[in-house]
Amino acid sequence: MTARPTAPAPTTPAESGPADATAQETSLLRLATAGSVDDGKSTLVGRLLHDCQAVLSDQLAAVERVSRARGQLAPDLALLTDGLRAEREQGITIDVAYRYFATPRRRFILADTPGHVQYTRNMVTGASTAELAVLLVDARNGVTEQTRRHTAVAALLRVPHLVLAVNKMDLVDHAEPVFAAIAEECARYAAALGAPPVVPIPISALNGDNVVHRSPSTPWYHGPTLLEHLESVDTGQGRAGHPARFPVQYVLRPQTSGGFRDYRGYAGRLASGVLRPGDPVTVLPSGERSVIAGIDRLGEQDVAYAVAPQSVTLRLADELDVSRGDLIVPSDAPPRLADRLTATVCHLSDRPLRAGDRLLLQHGTGTVRALVHSLDARLDLGTLAAEPAPQSLSANDIGQITLRTAAPLPLDDYRADRHTGSFLLVDEADGATVTAGMVGALDTHTEAERR
Amino acid sequence: MSAASEALLLPDHPAPRLSQLDVLESESVHVLRESAAQFERPALLFSGGKDSIVMLHLALKAFWPAPVPFGLLHVDTGHNFPEVIGFRDAVVAEHGLRLTVARVQDFIDDGRLRERPDGTRNPLQTVPLLDAIARGRLDALFGGGRRDEEKARAKERVFSLRDEFGAWDPRRQRPELWSLYNGRHAPGEHVRVFPLSNWTELDVWEYIRRERIALPSIYFSHKREVFRRDGMWLTAGDWGGPVGEETAERRQVRYRTVGDMSCTGAVDSAAATVDEVIAEVAASTLTERGATRADDQLSEAAMEDRKREGYF
Repeated sequence: MTARPTAPAPTTPAESGPADATAQETSLLRLATAGSVDDGKSTLVGRLLHDCQAVLSDQLAAVERVSRARGQLAPDLALLTDGLRAEREQGITIDVAYRYFATPRRRFILADTPGHVQYTRNMVTGASTAELAVLLVDARNGVTEQTRRHTAVAALLRVPHLVLAVNKMDLVDHAEPVFAAIAEECARYAAALGAPPVVPIPISALNGDNVVHRSPSTPWYHGPTLLEHLESVDTGQGRAGHPARFPVQYVLRPQTSGGFRDYRGYAGRLASGVLRPGDPVTVLPSGERSVIAGIDRLGEQDVAYAVAPQSVTLRLADELDVSRGDLIVPSDAPPRLADRLTATVCHLSDRPLRAGDRLLLQHGTGTVRALVHSLDARLDLGTLAAEPAPQSLSANDIGQITLRTAAPLPLDDYRADRHTGSFLLVDEADGATVTAGMVGALDTHTEAERR
Repeated sequence: MSAASEALLLPDHPAPRLSQLDVLESESVHVLRESAAQFERPALLFSGGKDSIVMLHLALKAFWPAPVPFGLLHVDTGHNFPEVIGFRDAVVAEHGLRLTVARVQDFIDDGRLRERPDGTRNPLQTVPLLDAIARGRLDALFGGGRRDEEKARAKERVFSLRDEFGAWDPRRQRPELWSLYNGRHAPGEHVRVFPLSNWTELDVWEYIRRERIALPSIYFSHKREVFRRDGMWLTAGDWGGPVGEETAERRQVRYRTVGDMSCTGAVDSAAATVDEVIAEVAASTLTERGATRADDQLSEAAMEDRKREGYF
């Protein structure tokens, strides 16, 4: 065991060679990490990248050079992930960074979210696209208020898969009861939040135990290593299973003299579901109906189907007035159309959010004017207690608000569809993104169930 | 590619799985279409390098059967590889695209820029680039940059807001959530858009293989007169080498990145086909930039510092 993850790993999944790595197309998993620096998050990310051979020799050489210049005895793997001048100067992580690594089975996009101050908005940003969140705890401290915050954010954002990485097992003598107690407490808390089941894994990021390689120190543990789990979870789940939602991005009218003189296609990316030629569809908000005449996919004409998250172009059987911002949906499974909505929000801006604020609401490919009708609650992420009718929401606050919009919006509940259930509030004056919103109320039962 | 996707749509498999290349392609097309819709005067930065070629390929697919609704912009350092310039012009002609070329040489000739003592012209690109943005009143520029290239890039958004000086402020970035991209900007500001943010070097090569995309010849193994400078094999030529103790020799090489001849190094390689290049890249222990870019090694924060000044 090396003290720091610097020595070349003896065997890794990536070592099976380039032939395997490129033999066939692999799947893609997006994940986010959550944990404070003291929990060893940087070390875990460094360990994952290193043991998957995603750290190449020139990057490692740069880390060694800087570490030596600072008088450190061992290379500091946190330098791999702290990319900005200010971050290195201050030794903190400012912002979400995206990392890429791969095994022969799967490609990974890791949203590396900082554990320091401003953690909520950063974690919300990272979790918004994640299919899996790794919640990191220090085995010596167990489930802390920070763990509860991370779990609550992951649950609110509806991240489909949760992993509890119980780190620093080497510092508690790899004791199974310590691990079991933490796993049990977290499972109970997550269940009360309505979160998916949490998969607990005992690890030591520093030593590499159960991260990529199975550890001989935890013979009592029979589950997967962290990487084995990341390689095997079901990706893209849900997106194709929901009713189709097609936000119209761009209208394609070539108006060329050739075969496409009368071509009128609606370009967009299918947010969820499957569409096929012949499907009866409704265009929202107008409510006009038609039938899909054909689907073209990036230069391929008349394909048999489109499935989320493919970017395609739809042609309709009737000449309707369809434009950017419209949503095309199956006529038998439309979302509701409303100009008043309740939403769970995470406030991102240093300027507080108040009742009466007028903003732009960006939803799918459409933008409408919106008025903050009322602030209904502010959530204490530590205790999950809801403070009713707060005066304002500050940066990193999670709360519930009621909005009125200048035009009706086709809305899905966020828990049913992360894509058509999410929106941004934007300051019209300077264009800043101030609030991230999820359609639907905060779960008011959580407090009672938790007790 | 459709055959592979269709095969997944079996009757008992109502939810077909998309490969990572399908997902990346769809996401990039979404970003390109979102930008074309949100901005009034976008342009695509096109150097003739593999990333910009892939980006153009995606743009051609995204708007098919309509033409690409924006033009191309190339900042020519005057030290670009002739093979790449030739390829650039052939691609532009083939697809009937609009190309604007901003030349560093013009700025040196009329005194607005001065040649650096080390002969490197890469850092001089920023001034002609910002000038072209101002002249064209461009409000968005597509760049082929990827987050896996460099750690400052790993922090940058897909829609990266730049101020009127073209500068990037990493501490004042807009949060970017779900697939909602906010392109609002004040007059004078512009947005750098990176459709390939989530691609890796290997993804780019595997996509080139899948889509059978043509590339300039210098990406594949060939014999070339090179000389050693700062640990890199640079192309010998009128631009500035070899000089003094440096000596030219003929080697079997290829390029992993394509940029200014003064700072882009060749790697020893026998990889003559896309398959061989993919095998080589997958087995490489050096990053693309670590292997072949001198200007990124000037300091720990070289890329970040250049981006702050308006560079891509």
